[in-house]
Amino acid sequence: MTPLVAHLVLAVMLFATGMAGALARRNAILVLVGVELMLNAGNLSFVAFWRYGPNPDPQTGLMFALFSIAIAAAEAAVGLALILAMFRHRRTTHLDSLEEMKG
Amino acid sequence: MSPMFYFLAGLTVLGALAAMSLRNPVHCALSLVVTFAGLAGIYLGMGAQFLGLAQVVVYIGAVAILLVFVLLLTRSAGGGEQEERAPSWRMAVLVGLLVAGVMGSAVMTVARWVPRDAAPEPVPVVQIGRVLMTEYALPLQVIGVVLTVAMIGAAVLAMPEKRGVKADRGAANGKDVVPGSGGTSPTRESGRSVS
Amino acid sequence: MQGILSNVGWIPVLPLLAAGVTAVLPRRAKRLAQGLAIGSMVLAFVLSVAALVGVLGNHGAAVISNFDWFRVGTGAVRLGWVVDPLAAVMLVMVSFVGLLIFVFSTGYMAHDGNVTGFFCFLSLFAAAMLGVVIANSLLLLFMCWELMGVASYLLIGFWFHKPSAAAAARKAFLVTRIGDLGLFLGMLWLYRDTGTLLFYDGGLGCLEASALAGLTSSAGIGALSAATAIGLLLFVGAIGKSGQLPLHVWLPDAMEGPTPVSALIHAATMVAAGVFLMARVFPLLTGGSTLPISAGSHFGLNVVAGVGAVTAVFAALIAVGQSDIKRILAYSTVSQLGYMFLGLGTGGVGVAMFHLVTHAFFKALLFLGAGSVIHGCDEEQDIRRMGGLRHAMPVTFATYSVGMMALCGVPLVFSGFWSKDEILHAAWLWQPNVWPFALGLFGALLTAFYMTRQMSEVFFGPNRSENGLGSVHESPATMTVPLTILAVFAVVLGFLGTPAWPWFEAFLSGHEAHWDLGHLIEAAPMMAASTGVVAVGMGLGWWLYGRQGRISPVSMDRFEALFPRMFGAMRARFWVDELYGATVVRAFHLGAELVGWLDAWVIGGLVRAVGAGAQGLAYVMRWVDELLVNMGFDAGCGTTEWTGRWVSRLQNGRTQRYLGLLGLGMVVLAAWMVWGVKAS
Repeated sequence: MTPLVAHLVLAVMLFATGMAGALARRNAILVLVGVELMLNAGNLSFVAFWRYGPNPDPQTGLMFALFSIAIAAAEAAVGLALILAMFRHRRTTHLDSLEEMKG
Repeated sequence: MSPMFYFLAGLTVLGALAAMSLRNPVHCALSLVVTFAGLAGIYLGMGAQFLGLAQVVVYIGAVAILLVFVLLLTRSAGGGEQEERAPSWRMAVLVGLLVAGVMGSAVMTVARWVPRDAAPEPVPVVQIGRVLMTEYALPLQVIGVVLTVAMIGAAVLAMPEKRGVKADRGAANGKDVVPGSGGTSPTRESGRSVS
Repeated sequence: MQGILSNVGWIPVLPLLAAGVTAVLPRRAKRLAQGLAIGSMVLAFVLSVAALVGVLGNHGAAVISNFDWFRVGTGAVRLGWVVDPLAAVMLVMVSFVGLLIFVFSTGYMAHDGNVTGFFCFLSLFAAAMLGVVIANSLLLLFMCWELMGVASYLLIGFWFHKPSAAAAARKAFLVTRIGDLGLFLGMLWLYRDTGTLLFYDGGLGCLEASALAGLTSSAGIGALSAATAIGLLLFVGAIGKSGQLPLHVWLPDAMEGPTPVSALIHAATMVAAGVFLMARVFPLLTGGSTLPISAGSHFGLNVVAGVGAVTAVFAALIAVGQSDIKRILAYSTVSQLGYMFLGLGTGGVGVAMFHLVTHAFFKALLFLGAGSVIHGCDEEQDIRRMGGLRHAMPVTFATYSVGMMALCGVPLVFSGFWSKDEILHAAWLWQPNVWPFALGLFGALLTAFYMTRQMSEVFFGPNRSENGLGSVHESPATMTVPLTILAVFAVVLGFLGTPAWPWFEAFLSGHEAHWDLGHLIEAAPMMAASTGVVAVGMGLGWWLYGRQGRISPVSMDRFEALFPRMFGAMRARFWVDELYGATVVRAFHLGAELVGWLDAWVIGGLVRAVGAGAQGLAYVMRWVDELLVNMGFDAGCGTTEWTGRWVSRLQNGRTQRYLGLLGLGMVVLAAWMVWGVKAS
């Protein structure tokens, strides 16, 4: 197994875990946790490719991962604010209670 | 691969699994911190020092803390409502396994590229800074705007409800979150006439 | 004078024009209508006299004028007029008697509501009768014959709001129609065998030598020749029109019409048209042979004579039992017509026509007199309610007596004596057997008897009317003057045909008449016999009815007291009408019911079946529409709905579900990209 493959496999495992968690949890905040995991897995794969993959540009992957971190942070903030607002409205963070837009 | 990598990888995965399966949400958040730390270690091992440290600072220092804060804020009284898994958690696990399987095998088959064992030249922070100001200037500015917007939005969203806020929210259809654009909004709130 | 002979067609046209104009006049134009009718009849009479004079000048030669009616391919339908002695005397008689009756009608119908219509119909009838008289074509004769039937229908049913009058009109039309069927068949046969319907056509006519030869040699029915068969078929028509047994039933009912109608149509003219027809086609019955008629060798003539003799007695018997003044006269007419046919069959055209002409005058006189009596007694027609009218209505009484004596055949003075004697004389000379003569003699006795009965009940004895003699009044001059004129002729005409100077018969047969008293002496025994019979009849009548007048309207008739069952049969008209009702009419009703049943059930059933079929089809269509179309549509909609509902379950509002689907999609995509693309 090449290092690239190893890192990618790790990234895959992180991603899968994050997805499973995002789908399986009832608490909205823990869903967000899964989302963060997925994002991180993506970051990892970018960096892995930056380091081990054939890329001519020295810092593209790195920059991408950097911006991804920034975005992830912003998104976490907004998401949590939303959850807070929802909590205030409904006194719960239970995700199933948010089903008013069901078809 | 060095044993350090495997150790860190294992830590990361364990942390991730723990984050996804523990009952207590605060425990989950804390395991997430472990994951983040493992990842940071891996970054450092790959030679992306700035990124690793940024990971530590932003993710562990901000995101995880924020998560904990919100968890504490949204705890129901008495803690009666224990965290239980969603009714379709089996499906979720299946999906996760599928994803892992498919993507894993894809990775295995695709990654026949000739990898580079040699480490690339380390990228100094100066270099990152220079690149940020020149090539990635626009993305930087956009990131700035995004962060600003996110901050304001989060602040607005998390604000406790007042009477006036409700009315505002009701009429806010095409209203810009950032005021002062002077647009031709047809709502009657803007006292300016359309010229 | 010769000019009128070639233009004789104008004579019927004048009353026809009067009828046409009167038909469009409003009801209140009474004077104009009467004036037109009477004026046209006066003109017709004048022209008829001119025609007679012309024929006299021609020494009895006929004047024919034929013309084409319309062309059909290479052939043409031809009609024509003929003026021979037969036609000439009929013209004068019809127009003269018609004129007198028209004048009488102005007084009689003065209070009626539709005088205009009455004179229109009368003129129409006169035109038709005059047309029959001078027709040279059997087709033209038939057309005018039918027109007479129509006019008769209109006039009998003149008071159509009376159901009995409407029924009588219908009966008359239908019964004569049956006779007309025979006439029509004979006409068709004649046309087929001879190719022409013109009587005289310069040698080609159907009554001329060549045609007759052909007809007598060709076969008719059984042992009869075609000529005889055709003649008998035409005689069937005459039976219907002249009311002989068995088609006599319509004539008494026709008395529902106004009395002038009865006088004109059912006494003098229309019913005589049957006799006239047989006189006209006489060569057919004799086949143009020169054998004397008295030899009795012509089958057709024998049948005619037989029917006439039987009818004469049959009708006279019925007349004895009637109590309506007009019905007695109606049956008397039937009886006298029988005499005419008897005379035709045993003695020839001249004998029959002489009686026809004298009968026209005295029967018209009698009917008009009866009309005067009815008018004077305020529309009373039952002789049991009359009586003693000879003082209250002297002119009527006098003229009526003249007519009655003429009818009975009171000797030497009255015309009826001479004409009836001619018939009896011919019957006596008839060789095959003595029955016609015996029946004729018996009929004369009955005639005298019933007429005496009638006169006694009406004019003699105590008055039995409700209002008494004081309310009875003599009729106005418009009515009494025609009566007087007719009475004069009822006497005078007889002298045209005495055996001493048989001018009438000679004129008709184209010979010269010679004054010969010897014939008168020869005929003396016959005259004595008939006089005796008349005396016996009148005597019996006086003995039963004249001596002691009827006391009350409801007391029994004297004859009835003596022979109740016989009288009952006579009064009931020998139940002939009832017989018809039970057989023909019932069969007809059954037929109508059968057809009605067919219509309601068979055809109606067919229609209903078609309707049910259409309905069933509609049900099927509805079923198809509801089940198949709707079902298909509903199935489609249902499927769509079900699919939609199933698919919408994906949108349960939970983000995790959406995310899971996203993940699945991504897995599929990735798999396809990794393996699928490679494989392909």
